[in-house]
Parts: sequence; structure tokens; C-alpha cells
Amino acid sequence: MKQRRQVAIIAGACLIVSLAASALLLRHIDQLRPQATLEDVLYLNSPTVLKRLSLGYNGLLADIYWTRAVQYFGFRHHSGAESFNLLAPLLEITTNLDPHLTAAYHFGASFLAPHPPDGAGQPERAIQLMEFGIQHNPNDWKLYYDLGFIYYMNLKDYPKAADAFARGSKVPNAHPFLRLLAAQMAEHAGEYETARMMWSATYQNSQDKQIRQNAVEHLRGLRADEDITELQKLVARFGQRTGQLPTSMSELAAAEGLRGLPVDPLGHPYKLTPDSRIELTDPDYFPFATKGFAPGYKPPQQFHYDQP
Amino acid sequence: MPAIEILGLEKIYQVGFWRKRPKVALRPLNLTVEDGEIFGFLGPNGAGKTTTLKLLMGLIFPTAGSARILGRDWTDAEVKAQIGFLPEQPYFYDHLTAHELLNYYAQLSGVPAKERSHRVESTLQKVALPDVKGVQLRKFSKGMLQRIGIAQAILHDPKLVFFDEPMSGLDPMGRREVRDLMEQLKQEGKTVFFSTHILSDAEALCDRVAIIHKGELRGVGAIEDLTSTVKGKVELTWQGAQVPSAIKALGAECHLSGDTIRAIIDESKQEAAIDALRRERTRLISLTPLRTSLETYFLEKLRHAETTAGRSS
Amino acid sequence: MNNRIAHIASNTFREAVRDRVLYNLIAFAVLLSAAAIFVGQISIEIEKLVVINLGLTAVSLFGIVIAIFIGIGLVSKEIEKRTLYTVLSRPVRRWEFIIGKFFGLTGTLVVNTFFMAIGVFGALLYVSHKFVRADALIFVALYFIILEFIIICSLSLLFSSFSTPLLSAVFAFSLFVIGSFAEDLRGFAAMTHGFTRWLATGAAYLIPNFSALNIVSSIAHAQPVPSQLILHNSLYALFYAAMALSGAVIIFEYRNLK
Repeated sequence: MKQRRQVAIIAGACLIVSLAASALLLRHIDQLRPQATLEDVLYLNSPTVLKRLSLGYNGLLADIYWTRAVQYFGFRHHSGAESFNLLAPLLEITTNLDPHLTAAYHFGASFLAPHPPDGAGQPERAIQLMEFGIQHNPNDWKLYYDLGFIYYMNLKDYPKAADAFARGSKVPNAHPFLRLLAAQMAEHAGEYETARMMWSATYQNSQDKQIRQNAVEHLRGLRADEDITELQKLVARFGQRTGQLPTSMSELAAAEGLRGLPVDPLGHPYKLTPDSRIELTDPDYFPFATKGFAPGYKPPQQFHYDQP
Repeated sequence: MPAIEILGLEKIYQVGFWRKRPKVALRPLNLTVEDGEIFGFLGPNGAGKTTTLKLLMGLIFPTAGSARILGRDWTDAEVKAQIGFLPEQPYFYDHLTAHELLNYYAQLSGVPAKERSHRVESTLQKVALPDVKGVQLRKFSKGMLQRIGIAQAILHDPKLVFFDEPMSGLDPMGRREVRDLMEQLKQEGKTVFFSTHILSDAEALCDRVAIIHKGELRGVGAIEDLTSTVKGKVELTWQGAQVPSAIKALGAECHLSGDTIRAIIDESKQEAAIDALRRERTRLISLTPLRTSLETYFLEKLRHAETTAGRSS
Repeated sequence: MNNRIAHIASNTFREAVRDRVLYNLIAFAVLLSAAAIFVGQISIEIEKLVVINLGLTAVSLFGIVIAIFIGIGLVSKEIEKRTLYTVLSRPVRRWEFIIGKFFGLTGTLVVNTFFMAIGVFGALLYVSHKFVRADALIFVALYFIILEFIIICSLSLLFSSFSTPLLSAVFAFSLFVIGSFAEDLRGFAAMTHGFTRWLATGAAYLIPNFSALNIVSSIAHAQPVPSQLILHNSLYALFYAAMALSGAVIIFEYRNLK
């Protein structure tokens, strides 16, 4: 019996050592092959060929490609990349394998169209993707919303946006606001209110973390822009009334009857600069704001937006 | 030094899927086999003979006990170079020829390369399979496979050989050959331990036997000792057509067959019986003390086991 | 000891060959020749790509199937048929048996791959009419395929040491399929949180990393392979096989044979 135990102990030790070694080597190998899972996309970006190769297991393969698409974008976005060339092929492959994987269309709407570093900067391709989705899922009103969203937000093509929303509103069980948006496009396209409606809608209708985070940041930027516009107006009014420009925020607040010091959506107070401009205290947290930055301000390359 | 010492080897299986019940395959067995003898391990099917052999070969592990083979621990792998094993109904690698198989086994047993082909040839001669060159084993008959089994067991000239039902599947001629082979092994000074349920073979060959039934040892000893005592009875055979009344009066048990009569009477009445036969002028054929056959002893042991088991359970 | 392992290995090889395993080469040759001729006729500028992709994929798949179907029987068949009894009654240690079987099976596959490689290069020559330097990369792909075989053989032996042939085949094949997506799995595990993350990461690291060894498409596009990666993959395959074989040895050591 002794021999048996000897063999078992030696084999056991060998097993543990091998296990540790292979795990370590795996980590190294992963480092040596970054984004290895995307090799297929580089060499095989014809979705129809891939579909044939998948031997009928389209659904599973679609899921795998979808996971890769999300990881690809998330990883690159997090490290502040400037290009996302593989996002479109990945999404196209995904939807070709499974045209009903609607999450892929929504993701494309949010991240294919915008300019880098917020997206791949390919709005036309995004439009194509949405139309493909609509073709295969004609009763999914959210896809029409996404289509209109792209026209509105990235291409500033308000008539086409209105058209998309109108098409969507005819779908049975469509959300009533689609008709509202179609009407809104006609008159109030460029206004904050419309943009805020759109981003809120995107936020509410999505489960995806990245899409929601994106929407929140846009809303924050919009709010900041609106606040700053208002505050600038107050500064001007103050100047007109008193003939002087306010020297501090508290003075402005007191004079204009504001309740307390005005704060941005994150709770930080707005600054009044010596040259009477309103600025954000923490501009890094507002990637989508267009106002409130000091001259010469450069947004950070890599930033992990941990704010709620 | 005894060839085999079995010291309390026990095997209990846990059977069942959800609730395991213990099944005793072998109760603690104590047995010694001396060097140079032919030892028979007897028992009905399912008695535990094969279990014992598998335990000794290290194919299964005991739940208690140990054994010594040729003076060394039975788990010692080196001692296997000096033992041979023929399993029950052996089966070999289908696609090899006899030569290739035996050569492979010779390699594994550590037979030096130079000697291998000679050994293989001479062993094939010994088991009366001289002309099987180039024939794959899957074409062998059952009898031929049995001989190959024996061949692989003795190929490396082991000191101790274990045979599990060596006669199974053989015709009378084959069985005779195996018996002769086993005798020859004994002549060569080897020890043979074989299990069987064919008592006549054991009677013919063995120096000593052990009887096992339902996992328990029922009796051990030399055949003469086990079968000697039939208290004071003799067997009388003579030529005749009918039993003389005088013999009947002695309370004899008579059997007629053809023109021979066989009677069993008490030793004390022996003289009276002979006188009676002489008076009738019958031709006496033989007068021998009666020994039980091994079979009788065997069956009696089994029956005894049943009743004790019945009483105790 | 080494001799016994070598003898068991060569006997395993012989059994496999006599069991007509090498006949698969005929099917392979037919497949590859047909593809080469077909593609050569059409001449659509990707003949080389097709031959390399098809040829290497076939080498890999045929080999994996052989490795699984022979491997699962290596131990369990010997126990079923009780050929193991006469082997273990000799001074052969149980672990020597396992290791010998492993080398025998791997050896069979290496020989098989060798012949298949000749076929692939032959087909390549037929469609391209000459070799270029980049074709040497095919050797790397073949080497990686052999590394795959080493891993699969060790897994087949592991399962064979305790499971029935059918279940062993299912397990081994499943691990091959899942292992082909191992990199995705590790990425996926990194996206989970808490206890699930521990579990997922543990599983993802235990699964054999076939995805890194499947470089057929990049070789077909003549992408070079960094030598560091070759080294790491070789070591990985060796350690992984050692791990699986250690498991097989331990299980087999304690197993009561029927």
C-alpha cells in the first residue's frame, strides 16, 4: 500500500505544479495575443461565409460575436482609443448570424455613429445596420427610434429623423412618444428639450450598461450647457442692471435671487471666472458638454467615469 | 519459506446506488501455500476464488489484511517478475500474433532481449502450439487461447504460477495436457496455485487443497487427510448376479452393475462377508478400505456451511 | 522502467495501426485531392488559401476524432476485455501503463500527421506549382496541431481511466469545442463580478486553450508567429498534459478493476 500512496503523492504534486504552471502560461499567452478573438473578423469579414461555416449553430456564434463586439468596444473605449474599425464588422456579423439579436442594433446606434473617441464615426454604416434590423424586425418600434436617433444626433438630418419616427409610430404597440418626436423634429429640432427627451428615452429603453452610461453622460452635458447658458444670461443681466460685472458667484446668486449657489449635475458649484465667464469646476466629468471649459482645455485621453 | 502467505485478506463491496449495502466477497482469509506444491483452491462458482486471485494480483484492493508472495509484500511490483497468472477466460489483444503477444509479455516481464525469441518458441512448444506463426489472435479457438494464456503465464520461468480455472474450455485431451504441464511445473520445482470447481482435476493433481464457499474458508489440508476417514467401512467387489442372502443379512449396502456386485459393509463384519462369499464359491475381485471421494467431502462441507449459516442467521 | 513504458507505447501504436486507424489517411487523401483539383480548375485566386485552410483543418479534425475515439478505449477497453489482467500481473506499475499508453497514442497521431502533412504539401504544390518561404509557416501550424493532440490525448486518457467509453467521448469532445473558444471565455469571465467571477475564472483557466493553438486562418494569410508564443504554447501543452495525466495516474492507481 505504501507504493500506491507514494505514486499518488508524486502524481498529486505533479498535478498541482502543472496546474499552476499552465495557468501562469495562459496569462502570458493572453498577453501575447491581445484581441486574439478578433482575428476571424480580420480575415473573414464576409458575414455570409461565416454563416455557412457555422454549420447551423448561428445563434450561438452570434452570441459569441456579440460578446466580442461589446468587449472590443468597451476595452478600447476605456483605453481612449481613437479608432474602432472592427466594431462595424463585428456587429454586422452578429446581426447576420442572428438578425433578431436586437441588442446589437441598439449598440450600433449608440456607438457606431458618433465620432471617435465616442464611437466609430461611421453613421452611414450605422444607418445600414438599422435598416437591416428593421427589415428583419419590422414590428420592433425601438429600431425605428434608433434610426431616427442617428439621423437626429449624428447627421443632423431632421427631416429624415422625422420620417423614421413617423414610420415607427405606425408600428402596433409603438411608444406614443414616437409620434411626439416626429412632430418635434419639424419645429424644435435644435433645442435642448428635444435632445433631452431623446437621451432620456434612450436611457429608459435600454438594459445595456454602456448605452445607459453614455446616455447619462450626454444628459449631464446637456444640463450643464443649459445651466451655463442661463447663468451667462444672468451675468449679462446683472451687468446691464448694475453697470458692473459680478465679482463672485455668491454676489450673482444673491442679486439674481437664486436659492443658494448654483451647482452642476454632479453637485460641484459652477465657477465665475475673473473675466466673468461661467465654468465647470470639474470639466473632465463632462465629456459631452460644449460650454464651461477654460480656453485651451484638453479632455483627458483615458478616464474612467466612475460617477453614478 | 512458504510461497504464499495470505494474512486475513478481506474484501467487502459496497453495492447499490443511493444507499450502499455491504456485500462480503471474501471474509478474512488465512492460508499458507508451501514452496513446490500444487495447491488447489476449490469452491463453487461465486465462492470468492477469483476475488482472492485478483486481490493477490493487485487488481483489486482489500478492505483488510495483507499477503506475502515469495516472502515479499504482495504489492511489491518486483515480485511479479517471478510469478505468472492465467486469468479466467483470458482475452488478448486481437490484432497481434501469438509471437508478438508473447514477445510483448516477455518484454514487460524483463526477459533479456537475447533470450526472448528462444523463450517464446520453447514456450509455444510446451503448450503444444507450434504452428501459429503470423496468425492473429482473433482467429484462435477457445482452446488455443487458453493455451496462449498458459504460455504467457510460464514464459518468463516464474517460481510461482497462479491459474484461474485453467481447464475451462478445453477438451479432454487438452485437459490432460494441462494436467501434465502442471505436473511438469512441479517437477521443475515451481509452486502452482490453481482454482477450479472440477474436483476430479484437483484430486488428480493437488498436494493440498482449500475449500472456499460464500467467501469463507471451509477446509484446508492434504487430500489423503481430508478423505481418509470413513469410519471402519470396507468395500467388497465380487462377480455374481445376485446378492447372497448371507451378505444381505450383514446389513450391506449393495450395488449391482453388469455381473459385478459392490457391497459396503462394516469393517468388523469383513471376515463374515468373505466367508459367506467363499461358501457361495463366488469370485472375489477386491476388498478395499473405503475412502470418501473429495466430492463427498466437498459437498458435505458445503452443506455444513449452509446449515450453520441457516442456524446463525 | 523506461523500457516498459517504451514497450507499452509501441504495443499501443501497433494495436492502433492493426486496428486500421491509418485508413483514415485514405479518406483524407481523397478529400484533399478532390479539393485541390476542384479549386485548381476554378482558379479564383484563393486556391492556396483554400488548400491550406481545408488541409490544416482536416488534419486537425481527423486527428482530434482519432485521438478521442482511440484514446477513450485505451484504458476502459482493456478493463472491459480484461487484457489488463495479464499486463498488471507483471512487474508493470499502473502509472507506467498510463504513461506508455499516452506515448503510444500520441506517437500514432504524430505519424498520422506526418503522412497528412505530405498530402497537404503535395496539394499545395499542385495548386501553386512552387513553394515560397511563407509556406514554412505551415510547419508551425502542424506543430501547434500536434500540441492540440497532446492535450486531447491526455484528456482522453484521463476520462478513460474512470468513465465509460461513451461518456469519455462526450466529455473529451465537449472540452475540445469549449476550448476552441477559451479566449472568449476568459474575456467573459473578466466581465463578471463577485463569486461568479471566481468560479468563471477558475473554469476558464482549467479549460484547455485550444483557441491559441488554432492558427490555421492566420497561417493561411501568411502571418508570422512570434517565437515567444511558440515557446509558451509548447510549455503550456506539456504542463496541461502533465496535469491531465497526473489525474489519470492517481485515479487509476486507486481503481478496483472489475
